[in-house]
Amino acid sequence: MQQYTLYILVENQAGVLSKISGLFSRRGYNIDSLAVGVTNDPKVSRITVVANGDEYVVEQIEKQLNKLIPVIKVKRLVEGEFVSRELCLIKVHSSAAKRFEIIKIAELMQAKVVDVANTTVTLEYCETVEKISTLLELLKPYGIREIVRTGTIAIEKGVSESSK
Amino acid sequence: MINGADIMVKCLEAEGVSVVFGYPGAAICPFYDSLYDSSIRHILVRQEQNAAHAANGYARASGKPGVCVATSGPGATNLITGIATAYTDSIPMVAITGQVRSDLLGRDVFQEADITGACEPFVKHSYLVSKTEDLPRVFKEAFHIASTGRPGPVLIDIPIDIQQNEIKEFVYPQTVDIIGYKPNTKGHQVQIKRAIELIKSSTRPVIVAGGGVLSSGSKLKLVEFAKKTGIPVVSTMMGIGVMPSDHELYLGMLGTHGKATANRALHEADLVIVCGARLGDRAVAAPDQMSSKSTIIHIDIDPAEIGKNVKTTIPIVGDMKNVVNKLLEEIGEYHISNAWGETLKRWKQELYRVPPTFDGFVEPRAFISKLSSMLPSKAILVADVGQNQIWCANNFKIKEGRFLTTGGMGTMGYSVPAAVGAKIARPTREVMAVCGDGSFQMNMNELGTIVQNNISVKIIIMRNTRLGMVRELQDKLYDHRHSATILDTKPDFLKIAEAYDIPCAMASSNEEAEKYAEQMLKTDGPFILVCNVYPDTPSI
Repeated sequence: MQQYTLYILVENQAGVLSKISGLFSRRGYNIDSLAVGVTNDPKVSRITVVANGDEYVVEQIEKQLNKLIPVIKVKRLVEGEFVSRELCLIKVHSSAAKRFEIIKIAELMQAKVVDVANTTVTLEYCETVEKISTLLELLKPYGIREIVRTGTIAIEKGVSESSK
Repeated sequence: MINGADIMVKCLEAEGVSVVFGYPGAAICPFYDSLYDSSIRHILVRQEQNAAHAANGYARASGKPGVCVATSGPGATNLITGIATAYTDSIPMVAITGQVRSDLLGRDVFQEADITGACEPFVKHSYLVSKTEDLPRVFKEAFHIASTGRPGPVLIDIPIDIQQNEIKEFVYPQTVDIIGYKPNTKGHQVQIKRAIELIKSSTRPVIVAGGGVLSSGSKLKLVEFAKKTGIPVVSTMMGIGVMPSDHELYLGMLGTHGKATANRALHEADLVIVCGARLGDRAVAAPDQMSSKSTIIHIDIDPAEIGKNVKTTIPIVGDMKNVVNKLLEEIGEYHISNAWGETLKRWKQELYRVPPTFDGFVEPRAFISKLSSMLPSKAILVADVGQNQIWCANNFKIKEGRFLTTGGMGTMGYSVPAAVGAKIARPTREVMAVCGDGSFQMNMNELGTIVQNNISVKIIIMRNTRLGMVRELQDKLYDHRHSATILDTKPDFLKIAEAYDIPCAMASSNEEAEKYAEQMLKTDGPFILVCNVYPDTPSI
């Protein structure tokens, strides 16, 4: 089993997301994350999927996705040739005494403090999945109240086919 | 000004649709009102599922997409089995459903069902139309998608207000531009060259022909290729009819219920050329074994089928017609060595056996074989699902006609409505539905449709008072525990036929069956022939 990242360009129309997510679930493909947003062409949306499986499964996913009519393009990204990010908001339990420790960790990790309340500190963090895991590990001892994540988005380095 | 319903009818006319199969209801009433003044023939079925099966039979017999219509809610959900059947068997179809008013969508009002959502896994594409202006484009796209590439069903769900709203004028688009749908039909030249090399270096090649050969209209070209090269042909269930059954190069259907020679040939082959087949589990039970022993060339219009079930050496994505044409051009004067052909000929003779008969019963395999010789050469036989399907698949001696059955989905009750559709598409051909007493009872309400429209289909019921296929499975795997597979000796099918005023007969021996079959074929209009079959008759 291997993790891979692919992007899907789709026509921006009603029901397209359910067509894609339905395909994954009914064919038994596992999704780790899925993020969707509009591209520079407002008629086209881009979906980034992080999924896992063996070579057979990945190939099947690409082929089955391509069969969906609103799907314009499917591309598997090559390890090392793309940049990926995920945005997350983390609400950490924080007594007044611990507040500065938490803020210090945020500074070290280059996370942003977006809200401070009596018993919580909320951080904004936009990074790779690995770095997000590190930050979460560091914050765990204080007590994490809530996490909201966007799912990974990814873009190829340099001039790629889709940026020409 | 023109309303949506009139536009729908005009779209169908623009697509050259001459017949639709359907069942009305409140949410599709505007369309039916417009249809009333149109030249398009409407066949009122007795349950929506059969509208889809009839459209399926029509599509397969005519080569054009079949059209079925139903209302919202239960009408639409009844279509699902028929849509799913068309999807699995790759049959071009456009299904039109009425929907509740668009401002009420999602409020669970009377007869509301999310049919585009429910059908998602079973359609090639679907539309929930939100503007009357979109109707012409949607219809144009739907017919294009259904009938090009790998054929399949497309669903158009139309809220009643969209059917009622008026727009200025009707303009049917001339062309289609769907950015994400451009099927590759050509076939890669380099792959074709490589395939030719492989073919020439193999000593025991076999062609596996599937439904794609028939739906692409490349049957004759493939036969030409086989004849020229001497490569033997086996077919999947959906591919039956690619070659006349008695052709010396044809070895029969492969698979769990197929001919021993066909399976043996596939097993011994060093090269398998798969043409328009997906090689499902019923065709090849252990695909891994197959690909470990032989090299495989897989030709299919759907790239997702290549490598899905069987590991492929050379994939060729393209329309079968184009690819086979190119293969024919490239192969030049080439014929395989005679040794392989001689071996197969010997096997064919060795493995032939005559089924035993039982007093008081019709032997179905012998009868189907005999019946074939009584039928005109272009006859269409529609087989249902169950033992009757296997009896027909292995014993119907097809010539230039068609063998229609649902080999992929295996939907019981398919034969009678599909035969209705096929007969309407090909009124001059003899159309025969063969079913069991189980499958007949699933959709026998269609006798009403047959009588009302005087559709001349001949129905043969293989009556073994069992759900024979499952019973056979229980004998093999479940210690003869016949759980829920014994049918009653009722109903009296002759009385049912009588109730519909359909001439009928019951046979209890092959002599009787043949005598009545003769009578049946002379009868103008529908006919039901009931054959009493010994309950323990095996499938093969």
